[in-house]
Amino acid sequence: MSEDKKDYRDSNSEKRKEVSKADVAKAYEKYSGQFTPKPNYLGNSLRAFFAGGGLCAAAYFAASRLAAAGVSQKNAETYVTISIVVIAQLLTGFGVFDKIAKFAGAGVIVPISGFANSMVAPAIEYKKEGWVLGVGAKIFSVAGPVLVCGIGSATVVGLIHWLIGLF
Amino acid sequence: MDYLYTFLIGGGICVIGQILMDTTKLTAPRILVIFVVSGVLLQAFNLYEPLVKLAHQGATTPLTGFGYALAKGAIDGAQKGFIGVISGAIKSTAAGVGVALTFGYLVALIFNPKSPK
Amino acid sequence: MAEKKMGKQTVKFQLCPYIIGSAAVVGKKEGQGPMSGWFDHSVEDDMYGEKTWEKAESKMLKEAMTRALAKSGKEKKDIDLVLSGDLLNQLMSSSFMARDLHLPFLGLYGACSTMAESLLLGSMLTDGGFAHNIIVGASSHFCTAERQFRMPVEHGNQRPPSAQWTATAAGAMVVSEKPVRTGIVGIAGPDKISTQRHIRVDCGTMGKIIDAGVKDPNQMGSAMAPAAVDTILNHLDDTGRSIDYYDLILTGDLGYIGKDIACDLLKDAGLPARTVEERLDDCGTMMYYRDTQDVHGGASGCGCSASVFSGNILSRMASGELSRVLLISTGAMLSTISPFQGESIPGIAHAVALSTEEVQ
Repeated sequence: MSEDKKDYRDSNSEKRKEVSKADVAKAYEKYSGQFTPKPNYLGNSLRAFFAGGGLCAAAYFAASRLAAAGVSQKNAETYVTISIVVIAQLLTGFGVFDKIAKFAGAGVIVPISGFANSMVAPAIEYKKEGWVLGVGAKIFSVAGPVLVCGIGSATVVGLIHWLIGLF
Repeated sequence: MDYLYTFLIGGGICVIGQILMDTTKLTAPRILVIFVVSGVLLQAFNLYEPLVKLAHQGATTPLTGFGYALAKGAIDGAQKGFIGVISGAIKSTAAGVGVALTFGYLVALIFNPKSPK
Repeated sequence: MAEKKMGKQTVKFQLCPYIIGSAAVVGKKEGQGPMSGWFDHSVEDDMYGEKTWEKAESKMLKEAMTRALAKSGKEKKDIDLVLSGDLLNQLMSSSFMARDLHLPFLGLYGACSTMAESLLLGSMLTDGGFAHNIIVGASSHFCTAERQFRMPVEHGNQRPPSAQWTATAAGAMVVSEKPVRTGIVGIAGPDKISTQRHIRVDCGTMGKIIDAGVKDPNQMGSAMAPAAVDTILNHLDDTGRSIDYYDLILTGDLGYIGKDIACDLLKDAGLPARTVEERLDDCGTMMYYRDTQDVHGGASGCGCSASVFSGNILSRMASGELSRVLLISTGAMLSTISPFQGESIPGIAHAVALSTEEVQ
């Protein structure tokens, strides 16, 4: 009891306590790290590299073929992007995307397919909570931050360019 | 040669993401945000454009490419004045986002989530 | 007045309440694991014929309670109180389950430690003379927990090797002041048991929250291990028992990593290394096949310890294979928002000591 009281009065000991808490956390993290298996860095990276590279190369192939068929370069690229989005979302619906991502990791998460998946996955799961506040709100639970940060930062960058252009 | 660059650059960007996922505690949404914002910032100094010229879809398919498109839209819009700036980012990516939202909503209506085996 | 208090954190029962019935209901994946023969029922589909996963979890818990009650030979009118909990916000599964029972209900939240918490409180209330018969239970469901605490199930990502798999499972027990003549009725298990023994709760230790500063929600085992170790050591200290007093010391859901850490910490604390290795086990490591079921760090969730206790352990005790067991359910008391606020994960563990006696 008396020890507790002392702690409250003496702000220094309170501070010392905090410091030691962080040290404990660090020491324990190091200690528990010995017991924790590491992810297979090389294997994961190789799979991500080939899956991601393959996806990009396939996208380039599709865009070149469309361009060769007479579609304008810009439209061809847009069509390809849209196709990746649609395919990724369909695969999510069929419950396959999570299995692919488990194998390929960042190879499909970092490309636009991961963004497409991150919209459908929460939306599909919150279906029971309604069409508006379930699906409608949750479709943005991961995509929302991406869009906000992306569009927000791009607009700021644009504004700076515009201001520089003014003077 | 184009295919090689597309493959290497696209794969390389994904490996950066994989290393982030494996070595840090960053969750998937944060990683997606980091990639988009990095694309925006690189393009702010016109650094991403050369990569796109070199690697085509290898640079535009990863989410950094989405950031690049947003920034490029806003910067190009700056030539047309204030309204151009604030509409540029969304305009340049409207097709992808529009399809992702509409089709994503449709998919959510049709399919049900499956519990993993 | 507190003559049932023992040492710092332990309560000693005078009546030593009996566990007269128990049942475990689990999901499909759990039903394919090494424990499969011990569960009363494993559902074919994790939806369990319901429209939502939450409803399915609720139904599993209700099924476990109904079966436990039926096996105890008691009727609903004999039950004074239901104590149960789960992982969901506002105890959705438990309170929605209790809505159909029409019995007095107290909801408990102890994260994954809920089974030991409810058994401990149920025993205390029975021992204190506040109730004749109490049903205690806990449940968890992979999909409900996953979408509340982590990511949607269809979201593409890679689980790190330390991530644990929330068990889709529910367990329930009936705690009573008096034994039933046959011990536990209708035990599950691969072997039919001829002799049966009474199972009694003789003491219990309430755990303190121990926070080792782990911040990664994928490291639950290492976040909870210090709490489990603290409770075990305090229990042994308070009761004056040595570790080989127990045939089995069973932690709730530390998983493979957490179990290794707990073993190491206990050895560090000066307990005999061989006994610790022989007698300490963890429900999270028993639930699935490590190599083939792809669960990474092992099982977790309230239902993990609830179903393994109610199914496997109690049956093995009733058959005489185990006579003195210390059950320790471990809980990681993180909330859905605390990781975003940069908080570390507080761990907790409660212990319940069970013993058996001959049926007279």
